[in-house]
Amino acid sequence: MQDPPHSEDLLEQVAAFLRTEVLPQLSGALAFHVRVAANAVDLARREVQLAPASDAAERARLTALLGMDGDLATLNAALCDRIRAREIDLATPGLVDHLRRSMLAKLAVDQPNYSTFRRALEAWGDE
Amino acid sequence: MSDLADLEAGLAALAAEIRPGGGAVRNLRRLSGGASQETWAFDIDADPYILRRAPKGARPHENNPGLENEAILMQAAAEVGVPSPRVRLVLRPEHGLGRGFVMDHVQGETIARKLLRDEAFAAVRPKLARRIGEIMAGIHGIPLERLPPLRHADARTRLDDIAQRYVDTKVPRPVCELAIVWLRDHMPPPRPPRLVHGDLRNGNMIIDSRDIQAVLDWELAHLGDPMEDLGWVCVNSWRFGELDKPVGGFGPREELFAGYEAVSGVAVDAAQVRFWEVLGSLSWGVSCAAIAVADHTAGDRPLERAMIGRRASECEIDLLRLLTEEA
Repeated sequence: MQDPPHSEDLLEQVAAFLRTEVLPQLSGALAFHVRVAANAVDLARREVQLAPASDAAERARLTALLGMDGDLATLNAALCDRIRAREIDLATPGLVDHLRRSMLAKLAVDQPNYSTFRRALEAWGDE
Repeated sequence: MSDLADLEAGLAALAAEIRPGGGAVRNLRRLSGGASQETWAFDIDADPYILRRAPKGARPHENNPGLENEAILMQAAAEVGVPSPRVRLVLRPEHGLGRGFVMDHVQGETIARKLLRDEAFAAVRPKLARRIGEIMAGIHGIPLERLPPLRHADARTRLDDIAQRYVDTKVPRPVCELAIVWLRDHMPPPRPPRLVHGDLRNGNMIIDSRDIQAVLDWELAHLGDPMEDLGWVCVNSWRFGELDKPVGGFGPREELFAGYEAVSGVAVDAAQVRFWEVLGSLSWGVSCAAIAVADHTAGDRPLERAMIGRRASECEIDLLRLLTEEA
């Protein structure tokens, strides 16, 4: 095992350093790109924190939904194939629930301030 | 000589063609631009102008009408009363400045978040959903014989193109697959092609405290189903957080449709507009995903592009909401 401070702590420090120490020294295009960099580090930190649990849950749901095992990429590709073949659709029991949970997990990492995510968290979060 | 000095000298030689009586070219500055297209601002004496150009040797995107044709479209739009900057000069090869045109610099705001939040626009905001409908009806009413050659892209062509671009990203996205199937099952009936602006949304209009002053960005103009424009302006990506005001964050669909119907006399079928909103959301999501997987060695700003790729999920959650509930 790795010792602390762990990657999420280090990433948090990098984002804070970029915002509080570097950004005030810059203007124009470079300031914009440093802001993008800080946002990217934040996203990576959220992925490190959240993805292990949400990936495992997504894989368990897909295994049940598809009746097959495999890694996440294989299972998602299989789901896509069956949707394209019209073997699975919005009426398939469990599909909408699965996709809502998967979307909430994706957006919690990618864009936690996005309007639809915040609305969906209220509407879908407790199902 | 620098690019800037070359351009300034070139514009100085054309000053009298741009502004009656000519004058001194001042304040030339680049506003935006990538490898293929640039926007510059400058003044001739006290009058402000905008130059849009593709530098010499730049290759236009295969789907673009081209800058000369954009200039024709803006003039045609102005003739039917669509707010449009006056085009002053279309560049010719002998000018040596690349391809493009010079237009009046229209005063107002284009930044969507300012338009949706600033007090200066509080009085005009409630009028804009209807105004956008009226303006779209004007664009769709332009006689086809007035138009330059444009690609024709109906619903099936657009969907096939987006579905292929999705496959090319090589990332399996079940929600996108569901959207493609849903769109194939909800194809609108064919209708006679009209001029479609293709990118008329919050961010591509100049607006002041009173009204929409100019429609910009005709790069995606084509012939197709006019309902495409009505669906595109409602895509959640262009509401900038105002989830419950579908028309660009400004107001309800009913007002967009009422403005459209009042000018065009054509009844709007909300289900057909919804088709185009779903297609628009899918299209934007696939574009974000494609930007991230594009050849990074060929483009600049790889981190920015990578982060745009992580915004594809915004469109996915919008699509899931569109396909499973009222949104």
